[in-house]
Amino acid sequence: MKAVLRVVEPGLFTTVQDLGRPNAIAAGVPPGGAMDRFAHRAANLLVGNAEIDATLECTLSGPHLRAEHACIVAITGADFEPRINGTQVANWTGIFVSPGDRLTFGARRAGGRAYIAVAGGLEGDRWLGSASTNLMAARGGMHGRNLKAGDQLTTAREASRPAVSGHHLPERLRPRYTDHTLFAIAGPHIKRLDAESRRLLFGATFNVSREADRMGYRLDGPRLATSGDELLSFGLAAGAIQVPRAGQPILLMADHQTAGGYPVVATVVSASLQVAGQLVPGDELRFAEVTIERARQMRQSQAAALDSLRDDLR
Amino acid sequence: MPPPRSSRPPAPRVRIHALGDTALLAELGTRLDTALNTRAIALAAALKKRRDVRQAIAGYASVTVHFDPEQATPDSLGAAIKRLAAKRPPMAEPGRLHRIPVIYRGPDLEEVAEKLKLTPQRVAEIHSRPIYRVFLVGFVPGWAYMGPLPEELELQRRHVPRTLVPAGSVAIAGRQTGIYPLPSPGGWHLIGSTSVKLFLPDRDPPCLFRAGDRVKFFASTT
Repeated sequence: MKAVLRVVEPGLFTTVQDLGRPNAIAAGVPPGGAMDRFAHRAANLLVGNAEIDATLECTLSGPHLRAEHACIVAITGADFEPRINGTQVANWTGIFVSPGDRLTFGARRAGGRAYIAVAGGLEGDRWLGSASTNLMAARGGMHGRNLKAGDQLTTAREASRPAVSGHHLPERLRPRYTDHTLFAIAGPHIKRLDAESRRLLFGATFNVSREADRMGYRLDGPRLATSGDELLSFGLAAGAIQVPRAGQPILLMADHQTAGGYPVVATVVSASLQVAGQLVPGDELRFAEVTIERARQMRQSQAAALDSLRDDLR
Repeated sequence: MPPPRSSRPPAPRVRIHALGDTALLAELGTRLDTALNTRAIALAAALKKRRDVRQAIAGYASVTVHFDPEQATPDSLGAAIKRLAAKRPPMAEPGRLHRIPVIYRGPDLEEVAEKLKLTPQRVAEIHSRPIYRVFLVGFVPGWAYMGPLPEELELQRRHVPRTLVPAGSVAIAGRQTGIYPLPSPGGWHLIGSTSVKLFLPDRDPPCLFRAGDRVKFFASTT
């Protein structure tokens, strides 16, 4: 365990995340973890880590980090124009960083969340089986909070294999973050929508409202009319599209409430959650209905893209 | 003592719904009912033992099942859920009893009383009368869905949920009652508050209540 990076500027909202704490759902604790799991996993694989290692999730803007030791880093997900000592460097690529080097970011060009992995895996406080930051409980990651200037980032262990820079995920294998079509499967309570609302759900354009965070996004757009008695609360999942009675849908994200009683009219499939995780207030999106079979193909093609990185590093 | 076989309710008909491509919602019924909840908790426990199941979370009368899509299809798992749900659930032990002091002075108390044509005082009396069952733990860390709430206090949820409800708020909605353990969004009616800590982050599990526990509220001034 050694301090590899020092936080000079934290960026707008930067947290330590891994793949979350699914075992804590039964206790009412949000699963948490990276909003864009594909980008998180790819960042780790590019530096030779395990997919489950912690990374930094940088929201809307990147931090300014100074290297204390030589290390390999990879930046994936949103494109915030990463730079080493002022010179632009590639996203989705393992990069060698020397002591004293400065990692900074420029403008936000695509997406809302960038991930930074460091060879050896970032160290974070573990809570209920995960280093993911949970702000509500003030636990996990960097003492349960977002990064601030002066924080030291340490690695969990020495890089597991001779760390090599230059590993790269080809552009054709990356998620297309500029296409905000979220594929979804009709949900348990789809029949509570009238015909017009169902047409709107899978046809209209929605916007991520200002009320959008890691728990979920309230969506602006046409109101969806639901009917029927109130439901008994039940366990929820990330990607679920809830419709409270007022008709403004809510898309549940990584830190979602674990149970609720609003109708779930559709659920965004796992392969589209990566794109959903890149959305920020003001972004337009639309939902497209898919079959379970199509969702399986999409999931497998993403898994194959990550597998190609594993094979690269073998 | 187990009830005589003849009086045992028939196994519920299970409805299986997709919740995306890696989870299912198995509905055992639509009534707020202790027997259905006991079945849901038993079904979740049985499902958790399966290799292809990652998580199984009991709701009031349902189980949300997160599965490994490489090991199960929604159809294969759905069939397995129906088989397991048809089995007789084990006898449930009575849950632990918690006594919770409440200051009945919530921001919605007046409005609730007015809608129900009761006095605020009467709302407090009715709310603190029963011993409630914890049907499920969830929503936010430490939250417990409790009930059944007496019919006299039945109200729909607020049309627009609040974006921030203070910790310790005691709330009602439908035939349910609950306590907000942490500042969080919420759509229930706030009738009071308590100083009891329901979320204990440094314990595992980090919640005071668990499904099947019993809770008695009493009016307090502090």
